[in-house]
Amino acid sequence: MILDGKSPTGPIEQTWDKHRFEMKLVNPANKRKYKVLVVGTGLAGASAAASLGELGYNVEAFCYQDSPRRAHSIAAQGGINAAKNYPNDGDSIRRLFYDTVKGGDFRSREADVWRLAQVSNNIIDQCVAQGVPFARDYGGYLDNRSFGGAQVSRTFYARGQTGQQLLLGAYSALSRQIKAGTVKMYPRTEMLDLVVVDGEAKGITIRDLVTGEVRCHVGDAVLLCTGGYVNVFYLSTNAMGCSVTALWRAYKKGAYFANPCYTQIHPTCIPQSGDYQSKLTLMSESLRNDGRCWVPKNHDDNRPPNDIPEEDRDYYLERKYPSFGNLAPRDIASRAAKEQCDDGRGVGPGGRGVYLDFRDAIERLGAGLIRERYGNLFEMYELITAEDGYKVPMRIYPAPHYAMGGLWVDYNLMSNLPGLFVLGEANFSVHGANRLGASALMQGLADGYFIIPYTIADYLAQTRPGAVTTDHPECAQSIEEVNAYRDRLLSVNGKRTVTDFMRELGHLIWENAGMARSEESLTEVIDKIPAIREEFWQNVRVTGNGNQVNQQLENAGRTADFVEFAELLARDALHRRESCGGHFRVEYQYEDGEAKRDDENFSYSAAWEFKGVDREPELHKEPLKFESVELAVRSYK
Amino acid sequence: MSEHTAHETMTLKLIVWRQKGPDEPGRFETYLARDITEHHSFLEMLDVVNEDLIREGIEPIVFDHDCREGICGTCSQVINGLAHGGQTRTTVCQLHMRKFKDGDTIYIEPWRAKAFPILKDLMVDRSALDRIIQAGGYASVNTGAAPDGNAILISKEDADYAMDAAECIGCGACVAACPNGAAMLFTGAKVSQFASLPQGREEGRIRVTGMLQAMQECGFGNCTNHYECQAACPKGIDVKFIARLNREYLKTLFM
Amino acid sequence: MSVLKSAVGRKVIMAVTGFFMVFFVLMHLLGNSTIFIGPEWINSYAEHLHDLPVVVWPFRGFMFVMLCLHVFFGITLTLENWGANPGKYAVSKKLKTTFAGKTMIWTGLLLLAFILFHLLHFTLKVVPEVPQVLDELGRFDVYTMMVAGLLNRVVAGIYIAAMIVLFLHTSHGIQSIFQTIGLNNERTLPKYNLAAKFLSAVFLIGFSAIPVLIVTWIIS
Repeated sequence: MILDGKSPTGPIEQTWDKHRFEMKLVNPANKRKYKVLVVGTGLAGASAAASLGELGYNVEAFCYQDSPRRAHSIAAQGGINAAKNYPNDGDSIRRLFYDTVKGGDFRSREADVWRLAQVSNNIIDQCVAQGVPFARDYGGYLDNRSFGGAQVSRTFYARGQTGQQLLLGAYSALSRQIKAGTVKMYPRTEMLDLVVVDGEAKGITIRDLVTGEVRCHVGDAVLLCTGGYVNVFYLSTNAMGCSVTALWRAYKKGAYFANPCYTQIHPTCIPQSGDYQSKLTLMSESLRNDGRCWVPKNHDDNRPPNDIPEEDRDYYLERKYPSFGNLAPRDIASRAAKEQCDDGRGVGPGGRGVYLDFRDAIERLGAGLIRERYGNLFEMYELITAEDGYKVPMRIYPAPHYAMGGLWVDYNLMSNLPGLFVLGEANFSVHGANRLGASALMQGLADGYFIIPYTIADYLAQTRPGAVTTDHPECAQSIEEVNAYRDRLLSVNGKRTVTDFMRELGHLIWENAGMARSEESLTEVIDKIPAIREEFWQNVRVTGNGNQVNQQLENAGRTADFVEFAELLARDALHRRESCGGHFRVEYQYEDGEAKRDDENFSYSAAWEFKGVDREPELHKEPLKFESVELAVRSYK
Repeated sequence: MSEHTAHETMTLKLIVWRQKGPDEPGRFETYLARDITEHHSFLEMLDVVNEDLIREGIEPIVFDHDCREGICGTCSQVINGLAHGGQTRTTVCQLHMRKFKDGDTIYIEPWRAKAFPILKDLMVDRSALDRIIQAGGYASVNTGAAPDGNAILISKEDADYAMDAAECIGCGACVAACPNGAAMLFTGAKVSQFASLPQGREEGRIRVTGMLQAMQECGFGNCTNHYECQAACPKGIDVKFIARLNREYLKTLFM
Repeated sequence: MSVLKSAVGRKVIMAVTGFFMVFFVLMHLLGNSTIFIGPEWINSYAEHLHDLPVVVWPFRGFMFVMLCLHVFFGITLTLENWGANPGKYAVSKKLKTTFAGKTMIWTGLLLLAFILFHLLHFTLKVVPEVPQVLDELGRFDVYTMMVAGLLNRVVAGIYIAAMIVLFLHTSHGIQSIFQTIGLNNERTLPKYNLAAKFLSAVFLIGFSAIPVLIVTWIIS
């Protein structure tokens, strides 16, 4: 089936304005009759729930954390992009649009990206008004920094905690609505099923993570703002609780999963130190503004980094990409690091690491300024490694970080299931095959503050409020299924722990479908997963019961979903016989190792439809048209 | 990813608070943590213990954690009597086992305060902190109503001061460490952030009174200036923000 | 919410009443110090004070109210704080607080007991008995009363012990005043701490010097 993204037509500058005018509205007096369920309270979810509450909708919001303030958006460090052009360095909405389309390796929908760039400026204004303490210069004006993949300074930041400050801004707006009674908040709840009535999303089934109660909530629309799925690699920069579960359960109820193979591997993370490791820690990419990446020129150069003279260092990013240098986009920087390590010139334990050196920046700017810019990152590095980044170059290595893929949505952020909207990292829309730095925060807030309030009205205006109640048979059935699934997990009583399975799965996916993929490695994944799945259901051990706090049970459900999802990721990667952005197939590269796109055959978004756990999913394509930008080889040389 | 490098390993004796539910009595249980290296984080050490417990068919120790990089504020344990283990500006998840040595005995307890009921083992209910924010920890602006970000200038000094206060991760260590179970540092930091910004000043008065009232209704104690909160705070939030809260409160009386 | 119920409001009352009491103690110390110059001075000081009932009685009334408020809110806040903190850590460690900070309620109650004793002793002159004589100029002989009253080593010991308690109480209390009324930041805090310790030490030395010098017959 050919999918229609329903992008507005005409001159791209006018698409969003035109569309906003054409969409239907809900009368202010009628808004409170509509109930909207928001799952997840990160940037997208919190901003959406708050904005919809302000408009007068009756909102229920859910998160698995103990407070909506803890969603993993909080960990974003570097900043948020906007086309304000305050520095007068040539930025514009069109340039942000162009950079994002190009950065995504021409695998995103033009109109969506334009809209993102257009509303980016409103986000900054909104956040400032909320009291987000963005960095300011001595004149009192907002300060900007530069970021990977762009040649202008358009990134707004709040020290190294931009995500935290933006999330707390959204959380404060949400808290205000909770106080006002427009939003009812359900923390410590996990969505385990989507309730679909006559083809439309009308509710969710959740488990109360404290009491174990499984119950159904119904509404007139469901918003999934549940983040990304890169914990499928087991070790990633995501929080421990991040999972594909909400998306996967929706997928199993008929929502299409788009481009699952587009995963971003972040270049500046602290390398792994051992098998016991539970997660990887990211350090903001902004470090690459002043830090220089290098490895020893010669193999087996075991000298301490500071003893290696200039002529024996290979500043490989500056060498390979002279115009972008250390600010090359993430996928390119990650792959370059992997190349050096594969070449046997990596540093640190197992040779999986490269240096990120601040010596020259400290000489040029002074340690004080570096401390002011990145102090918290240096602190964090020292806490984990017990090394002082001011004196010894940091060691970094790429780690899974962000999922560009997600549930398929149209221009209105609605999935193929009417009433099911997907926002933020959970959808697939704007980043194409690779996301630029400081764009995740921008997208999450754009979706929540400035897009969904308009597009949801267009859907709700055409629905009768309160059409489904919790005594609907679909609700009862959904609860029954969730209970049965829980009981099944608890009853296996095997020998291996949940983490053990997740570690095995993660290792398989990282090695074969991580930074570099091949026909062979992906086929291996697809061949091996059924066995893991089978063993999981025969040999997993989940202690305790379902009527109380049971973190093992939660993890078991998430792991079971990851095991199924991993196969889809591999299938998508296998079918996409090209390299683009974060998806790198070793068979498709230029002689110098750059990704080789195949626009003729793969200029589409791949949306997969669930056909059963043991059956191949069905592929639907949404062709991508590029009218405002010219398709080009993405070069950062 | 990288190969496991050989390290000298440690064995530690853990004395851990176990409690089945909010209304159940709790007790200490003793476990051994084996094969721990200096590079394990404290929570990874607990992961190892939990894996062992599961294999033995014992329910693993329940503890709150999520980002494991010191920013989400979820992790919450009192280790040997100190919230987050007592290392300066460090959350439990960032604490590494290099701070301990082979054979050490480690007491692990949950946050203890009337306002933080224990849910299970080391997991507590901190929704009281959310209720304090709901009582006024925001600048009331509807989406779309904002002027240009540079329309109102904010001196770098004020922006930095606000950021110092806004760094709070809401973990509740200040409450756990406070001899009075008070949430003044948490409340003070939020009040100070808004008090120093033009965007937050308009509703300063109702914010202060509202948040203070919520704080009391949640069952937090009163500040007696021990400054334990600042010492325990993983973000090093300064007690000057409590003084600021007091000042802002006094302003509501006289201005 | 009224000041009398507010968490901060009641603390401010503690701070303000505490401030006046510190001020009173300081004045009291200056007055007492006349004893070091000689019997003439202290007796004359006492005489002048008693000649001004319109000042003395309202002042006494004011200090009495200050004391009552301080004691009342000190006790209620402490009870609330105990309730808010079940305080059952098996291992309890503190990083920053002081012995003085932790014992405010106890030093406070001891001081209350001392104030009662002191009033009975030298103001109401009920117990323990003190000589009540007139000096050469027909004034009440405060000097003789003090010297005789403090020659008893037990009584002198009580006074000195009370001054140690006062030292503890004010060394936490004085810096606390500034924090509670909001006049504090990271730069001033160490200075307040120092000032509090200094002033408390002045109280301790100044007041204790009298019984010490009397017991050692340096003043007789």
